[in-house]
Amino acid sequence: MPRLKAGEKSRISFKLNGRKVSGDAEPRLLLADFLRHEIGATGTHVGCEHGVCGACTVRLDGVAIRSCLTLAVQANGRRVDTVEGLAEEDGTLSRLQAAFRRNHALQCGFCTPGILMSLEDFLARGGEPDEGEIREMLSGHLCRCTGYSGMVRAVLEIVEEMHEEQNA
Amino acid sequence: MKPAPFDYIAPESVEEALAVLAEAGEDARILAGGQTLSPMLNMRLVEPAVLIDISRLPALDYIRRKNGHIEIGAAATQNALENWPELAAQAPLLAQALPHIGHFQTRNRGTVCGSLAFADPSAELPLCLALLGGEVVLQSASRQRVVKAADFQLGMLSTAREADEIISAARFPVAEAGAGYGFAEMALRHGDFALAAIAVKAGKTGVRIAIGGVADRPMVRNFPAGIEGAALDDALNDLAWDLAAADDPHATARYRRELVRRLGRKTVEEAKSCRV
Ligand code: FES
Ligand code: FES
Repeated sequence: MPRLKAGEKSRISFKLNGRKVSGDAEPRLLLADFLRHEIGATGTHVGCEHGVCGACTVRLDGVAIRSCLTLAVQANGRRVDTVEGLAEEDGTLSRLQAAFRRNHALQCGFCTPGILMSLEDFLARGGEPDEGEIREMLSGHLCRCTGYSGMVRAVLEIVEEMHEEQNA
Repeated sequence: MKPAPFDYIAPESVEEALAVLAEAGEDARILAGGQTLSPMLNMRLVEPAVLIDISRLPALDYIRRKNGHIEIGAAATQNALENWPELAAQAPLLAQALPHIGHFQTRNRGTVCGSLAFADPSAELPLCLALLGGEVVLQSASRQRVVKAADFQLGMLSTAREADEIISAARFPVAEAGAGYGFAEMALRHGDFALAAIAVKAGKTGVRIAIGGVADRPMVRNFPAGIEGAALDDALNDLAWDLAAADDPHATARYRRELVRRLGRKTVEEAKSCRV
């Protein structure tokens, strides 16, 4: 890649939830801001902009990362998954989203998109995380409303389901 | 809360990265995982003219055993090390320390070498490197040198790295046969900076302890192999005072000394009990 000059915009393209999107970004533009302001994908939230709250978490090539600590140019040519990609086209919730709803794991929902994207990666890694491991993973997110009990319940439910499916 | 403008380059080789760095020197910053640098950019604590992104250089993305060391390239993430299949057997101390570093989401991107480069006094990886007597490989366009942990970290956020060098790799000695290792830290919340972090190696010939988060860099002491009871408490008490802790908004000096004494004792005992 040639050197991108400060203040000059370049064309950035990546696969967002399976579809190609493009926009213009100067080097300093954060991935979170690119998603929200260039693409209009406002499902990804921005809380602290320094990596602490987790609201901006998305998956980059499948891996849960902070989009406020990633530059838009770094996502060029890669795969980005956000909360918008979780539910079906007709609005049917994903398994994780449905478990969140059942267990009252959200209230205002500000923190939820980031938490869901973290969990998508976390659960995809297999194993059967216990409550301690789930809480440790959730420590990378701040929720100011509900507390974390509902989220822990939702995740434990899914871990249990996955376990049963594997043994079925 | 947005970075000041900078040029961005993602070089295609280490040589290219070093050439750009040689030219830009102090005006450049190396971007690897960005879990420390990006917040500093966002808060405009640093305003480099150019960012050199080495995060996707395959030549720097490796973890391997080499001459009694685990060598970790500059692009290897903390998460990659955490999931390295040989970790628990080859480096039990790192296996214990890694989960304390930030969070799952930041370890996915944060690098091992980046943590050493930042040299935060309370960070876990510099502490482990100091305890184990590891080394870092510094590479510039014209030379390569290997620096021991004790000579690398010079103080608060300060290292022996020159402006034209990158840390191309870190080398952690593999576990010594028969030695036990222990790690513990106290932080206000999981993933926060440690108020005190303690790493211990209980070997056949001695007990080695390193303390982070109290002085301006990790501090290492050697105790006799058989140390226990009142002698251990006295030695830890002396160490706690020698670290010259200061009050800060997170904890008082007195509290930190108490952590060195109590957590120190617990960690030494744990390391000894792991000795085989
Ligand atoms: S906005 Fe990214 S972690 Fe808070
Ligand atoms: S549901 Fe409101 S911040 Fe988490």
